Amino acid sequence: MTIAVKVVRRPERNVSYLRASLKGMALTFRHLFRKKVTMQYPEETKEDEWSISSRWRGTHRMLTDEQGRAKCVACGLCPQICPANCIKLVPGEDEEGHRYPLIYEIDEFRCVFCGYCQEVCPEEAIHVGVHYENAEFQRERFVYDLERLCAQTHPVSSLWDPADPRGE
Amino acid sequence: MTPELKGFLLLAAIKVVVGFGGLLLAVALVTWLERRQAGFHQDRLGPNRVGPKGLFQPIADGIKNFIKEELVPADADKFLFLIAPALVFTPALLLFAVIPFAAPLPVSFDFELPVVGRFVHDGVMPMMVADLPVGLLFVLAISSIGVYGIVLAGWASNSKYSFLGGLRSSAQMVSYEVALGLSVISVFILAGDVTLSGIVENQQQKLWYVFPLALGFALFVVSALAETNRLPFDLPEAESELVFGYHTEYSAMKFAMFFLGEYAALITMAALMATLFFGGWDIPFTTWDESEPSLLKTALTFGAFATKTVFFVFMYIWIRWSLPRFRYDQLMALGWKVLLPAALSYLMLLSGAIWALEQLGIEQGPLYGFILCIVNLPAIYALFWVIDSGRLVFGQRLQRRTMN
Repeated sequence: MTIAVKVVRRPERNVSYLRASLKGMALTFRHLFRKKVTMQYPEETKEDEWSISSRWRGTHRMLTDEQGRAKCVACGLCPQICPANCIKLVPGEDEEGHRYPLIYEIDEFRCVFCGYCQEVCPEEAIHVGVHYENAEFQRERFVYDLERLCAQTHPVSSLWDPADPRGE
Repeated sequence: MTPELKGFLLLAAIKVVVGFGGLLLAVALVTWLERRQAGFHQDRLGPNRVGPKGLFQPIADGIKNFIKEELVPADADKFLFLIAPALVFTPALLLFAVIPFAAPLPVSFDFELPVVGRFVHDGVMPMMVADLPVGLLFVLAISSIGVYGIVLAGWASNSKYSFLGGLRSSAQMVSYEVALGLSVISVFILAGDVTLSGIVENQQQKLWYVFPLALGFALFVVSALAETNRLPFDLPEAESELVFGYHTEYSAMKFAMFFLGEYAALITMAALMATLFFGGWDIPFTTWDESEPSLLKTALTFGAFATKTVFFVFMYIWIRWSLPRFRYDQLMALGWKVLLPAALSYLMLLSGAIWALEQLGIEQGPLYGFILCIVNLPAIYALFWVIDSGRLVFGQRLQRRTMN
């Protein structure tokens, strides 16, 4: 099979490059007076006009139960599936046999924000969040411990659902 | 030294400092204007954080450039590498020396200082750094030196991108200098004078040269764009193909020198357009500015000159953010096959018309200008017809040849 080359015939008559250039100049001139689309970010956020997707996968959040304890049961699935190996989990067990995390730390620098931890969690405890303002002054602050994960309040990601690919 | 000579030297020194200081300030403002206007053309705001409306952005840029590391590539020719930015920067600044930026100012003083003695000056001071008798020829000569800086920068960097940029610029700037020089000759013919002060005076008394020399102005604008390496002729830089061409390997202040040189050349070319074709510091529709020199007159005429220059700078930037870059063969074809013959035949046409007018005994004045203006119209039409039917881009003609 030969490769099809599409030959675009240039217009022969009634085409003036000069006029086209002048038209382009007129267009750019009109744009000088258009409304500017810039959002002056830190000062104005324009929440009503612009928001990030509910499928955004940002920094994590641990959901808690009614007593304020983390929902996590330290099953170990999230560190198992984590492709970046950024979750550190040390499980513990109380007298009644309930498992809970003794240590649960997520290194947000190692994290690739794939959202697998949320997907795999049987208790719907760990989530990736719809959140993007994460600046810190110290590097160590980017290792989120359990207390900090529980204290996050931002909305959680709805992830991508293969059954509903366009999120409708 | 006589007190008069000392007075003259003092004034000259002041003019040098004020003139070049002002030019450098203008360069800083134009870098701001370029980025801001580019933003506006693209529906965004541009730099607006440093100072009111971002006006102090050039200062921030300057500080950044001063504290950055100076890098010299390993196998670069050190001496040429270091001297190249200066060779671009200096001529660009020097050009401004012969441009009259306001009406002459009456200055008279007579004072005595302890060690250096008595200073005397009495009379009018031309508001230009140096009123050279060779005037515009100086501009053409000095602007050619700028090419060396770019070529040497490309050669000395020992980088293929820089080298290509240098090669391109040498060919481009030499080609377009021809058209630039020829388009300026039309001004000489009409003015009968090569000093810029003389040209301005002539336009002030009669009429702006843009009317009788419309085609010359068009040729001058195109060649000036090419001479200053601005889009659509920025092939020596060509950031998308040559990663900024000749200044790829430059950093910190050496890079900033190229940058400043480019914008100084831009301002100078804009000022030249205003001076040669738009009456320089002449205020239109008034005869008041031909009266006796005074401080008010100098100030107002400087305002007129600045307005015209800023308009042309605006036009430069507007063109840059509207038109795409030429291909290299198109650039060469436009320079040698269109602009050069056009400039030559225009000169012949113009000299013929002026000769005929003199034979008819018509004095330089409104009628004279009107007739020349009429002569220009078919010439402009013919040039644009040739450009368009020959396809400035030469794409169609080539394609037809290859397809058949």
